[in-house]
Amino acid sequence: MTRTPATSSQPTTYELLQRHGVSRRSFLEFCASAAAVMGLDYSEVERVVQALETKPRIPVLWLHGLECTCCSESFLRSSHPIAQDLILNMISLDYDETLQAAAGDQAEQIRRDMIANHPGEYVVAVEGNVPTKDGGVYCTIAGETFQHILEETAEHARFVIAWGSCATNGCVQAAKPNPTGAVPIHKIIKNKPIVKVPGCPPIAEVMTGVLTHVLTFDRLPELDRIGRPKAFYGQRLHDKCYRRSFFDAGQFVEHWDDEGAKKGWCLYKMGCRGPTTYNSCSTVMWNGGVSWPIGSGHGCIGCSEENFWDNGPFYSRTADVPVPGINSTPEKIGMVAAAAAAAGAAAHLGTLMIKRARGSKAAEGDGSAASAGDEGGQA
Amino acid sequence: MSAERIVVDPVTRIEGHLRIEAMLGEDKRINEALSSGTMWRGLETILKGRDPRDAWAFAERICGVCTSIHAIASVRAVEDAVGIEIPANAERIRNIIYLTQVIQDHVIHFYHLHALDWVDVVSALSADPKATAELAQTVSPHWPLATPGYFSDMAATLKRFVESGQLGIFANAYWGHPAYKLPPEANLMAVAHYLEALKWQKDVVKIHTVFGGKNPHPNFVVGGMPCSIDLDSDNAINIERLNLVREQILRAAEIVEQLYYPDLLAIAGFYPEWAEIGGGVPNYLAYGEVPRNSIRDVDSFRMPRGAVLDRDLSRIHEVDPKDPQQIGEEVSRSWYRYPDGTTRLHPSVGITEPQYDGPAPPYRHLDENGSYSWIKTPRWRNHAMEVGPLARLVVGYAAGDAEIKEVVGEALAALKLPAAALFSTLGRTAARALETRLASRWLMDEFDALLANLRNGDTATSDTRLWEPSSWPADCSGFGSCEAPRGALGHWVHIKDGKIANYQAVVPTTWNASPKGEDGSRGAYEESLLGTPVHDPQQPLEILRTVHSFDPCLACASHVYGPDGRKLSTVQVR
Repeated sequence: MTRTPATSSQPTTYELLQRHGVSRRSFLEFCASAAAVMGLDYSEVERVVQALETKPRIPVLWLHGLECTCCSESFLRSSHPIAQDLILNMISLDYDETLQAAAGDQAEQIRRDMIANHPGEYVVAVEGNVPTKDGGVYCTIAGETFQHILEETAEHARFVIAWGSCATNGCVQAAKPNPTGAVPIHKIIKNKPIVKVPGCPPIAEVMTGVLTHVLTFDRLPELDRIGRPKAFYGQRLHDKCYRRSFFDAGQFVEHWDDEGAKKGWCLYKMGCRGPTTYNSCSTVMWNGGVSWPIGSGHGCIGCSEENFWDNGPFYSRTADVPVPGINSTPEKIGMVAAAAAAAGAAAHLGTLMIKRARGSKAAEGDGSAASAGDEGGQA
Repeated sequence: MSAERIVVDPVTRIEGHLRIEAMLGEDKRINEALSSGTMWRGLETILKGRDPRDAWAFAERICGVCTSIHAIASVRAVEDAVGIEIPANAERIRNIIYLTQVIQDHVIHFYHLHALDWVDVVSALSADPKATAELAQTVSPHWPLATPGYFSDMAATLKRFVESGQLGIFANAYWGHPAYKLPPEANLMAVAHYLEALKWQKDVVKIHTVFGGKNPHPNFVVGGMPCSIDLDSDNAINIERLNLVREQILRAAEIVEQLYYPDLLAIAGFYPEWAEIGGGVPNYLAYGEVPRNSIRDVDSFRMPRGAVLDRDLSRIHEVDPKDPQQIGEEVSRSWYRYPDGTTRLHPSVGITEPQYDGPAPPYRHLDENGSYSWIKTPRWRNHAMEVGPLARLVVGYAAGDAEIKEVVGEALAALKLPAAALFSTLGRTAARALETRLASRWLMDEFDALLANLRNGDTATSDTRLWEPSSWPADCSGFGSCEAPRGALGHWVHIKDGKIANYQAVVPTTWNASPKGEDGSRGAYEESLLGTPVHDPQQPLEILRTVHSFDPCLACASHVYGPDGRKLSTVQVR
């Protein structure tokens, strides 16, 4: 089977959706939810609609280096759009070792043909990082080093996506002492725009959101100074954490499964990295919004931050985060709160309400400072 | 030279990077095979010196496909070393997470990684929707999406997708290969179910999200689970969360009983010849899984522990993962080296020192007489073993487990096949579905057991008495196992002064995909390919069928943890 180039004579995403039996109403609903995920105002839904009605499917070559495939798995979990829609109707996933039917020579032929016949048209999405030590022998595909394959494929890409923390900043392979010399892809690819989507793995709807942003607006999302989309990495988890009020009130989980844990108090003292981690977990949440790490009682391990594996141990606090509006550390406040709890529920509740009232004002200021330059990702 | 060499690299629709080289005899059958893992991440040195309570998170990143499995083995290993007994609820929740993973993983494997070896997507284009609906209603009378309208839409969808000229994941495959035997209607039904299963898999993992906060890679803690249960709190596991879990368990049972199992039987019925191909090594190993009580109580496992040799179901051999005489790993055909005079090491004292002496990339062929893989060669009492769903059923069958014998007997009767048919490519693929049926029943059992505890007022999920490393023995070692979807997984940890001194994992695909042993014995993949007929060496569909029947996971296989803090030596590239 041969593939034909993506030309204007090809069906648009909307036409394909129509052919797949998707009604106009469902299509518009999808566009609205896509716009919401991308942080757009409702008035911009029309632009999403227009884009998906007029563009053919972008070819995507998804490369796998040293990784665990958690990014692919996360991608498949997307709730909006669902993976099926993305793969069949919005992009053309022409090369992806995890899902593609072709194997061996036939698989590699697709990659080579794409490079030769459609330079500048395809997107390279990279999962995993690149072992550079010892001539790259720690990851080979079809007898070639992954480094060579990445260089060769990215050379003619329209742009590159770094899926997950491996591709973005090295992740677990690059943790000390990094025995394979694993490096993130921006150390290899120097001449292409790279959209970095960190996380171990990234949230499904963030991954599909990045792709649909490009499909919809025909340009990359607005990136922060280190290459992450502002729409998804502009805020610390702490800024939007639903347990923030307990932090502000000085109410902390002290041991697993203690009273504070059952009441959903702040996990800062259990090592939570929420105050130093930029990601969308506290807003988009996981698996269709069911929960997120803090929501299920475990602190954030900071998996979207550079070097997070070496910033451990995970259950130790590594930074003293000042509590807004209160001239004290969480350690001291925790003791006060414990005393308050012991003194009785009424006193306890009072403390909470007062601290929350104080904290929310301070949190506003804190939040805007931390996310300076965040305009929702769209100009 | 009479042999023609077939190279499949990359083997796709697996996790990680696997290369197969097979020699074809004049009779067009494979007479030799090499299985090569072509990636290594070196997590062993990375874990050394770290806090054992963090190890689960590192270990979990061995594999994102069987996510949670390595984390469970890791916390079990540390708890075994330190002497922590986790609360009953934590054991139930871990079982629930485990069984959810098995079901999700097996369904994905069947539809998204393996089905396209048996299902011809292009043939589906010529299916008659009405006849497809009739077929679907026969195959699974209670599955609702089986109307002519549904299949008509599906056929139109497929047709327009193909006509778009952008075939995406379906491009350049072996469509039209004569080894595809399904009629167009069965192909269309299977393609429809490929998409239904894809839609469903994102929902069942919400069980992980409830208890572990996310999927892939939910959270665990040494000593229990991080999620608290408080039926009177809006910020802990309460009735709403439990209802969400229950709903997904019920839905999973529907998918398994009305979609996966019927499809397995329907497709298998067209490929009886594959019940005589791909048997491989005749030895099977399982550590056992799903404790009814504590993980320490091996007799309470729903999946029994043991080994079966030479397919002799009358005898089950006792397996002790801590016994240095039983499990040993060799590296004579791998890109690692051992100290002089050492040929085999028990994982508790294992060494992982890379020494690449394969061909310098780019290369066309591996050296079949030298070392050729990043995977080691594990052996149990000198025997190459198969691990995985088939091994678990074989061991359970030999142990006389009534529930296991029942599902096996039912499937064999439906397919009109003898018990010997299990030892084949088809048998391996069927065993996965049978195990999934058991897993979906046990999932509800475990959930009910959790509710029973809660009814009795026990809501504990974590025991923190031995949380602080200062409360641990200065020097201790532990073993933790988990029957990963792909087979027996073992983690061995040695803790000194509260830090990891040694950590080693022997994972399922290491057993199955291993290169040859010191004695020339082949690993399970290699052995299973012998005698396989290959119709067209340019389109080695038959190789994919058998290799996929094992559900390869190379990230697991080649991330073997080593120990003892040896510095990595200089690597020689030839």
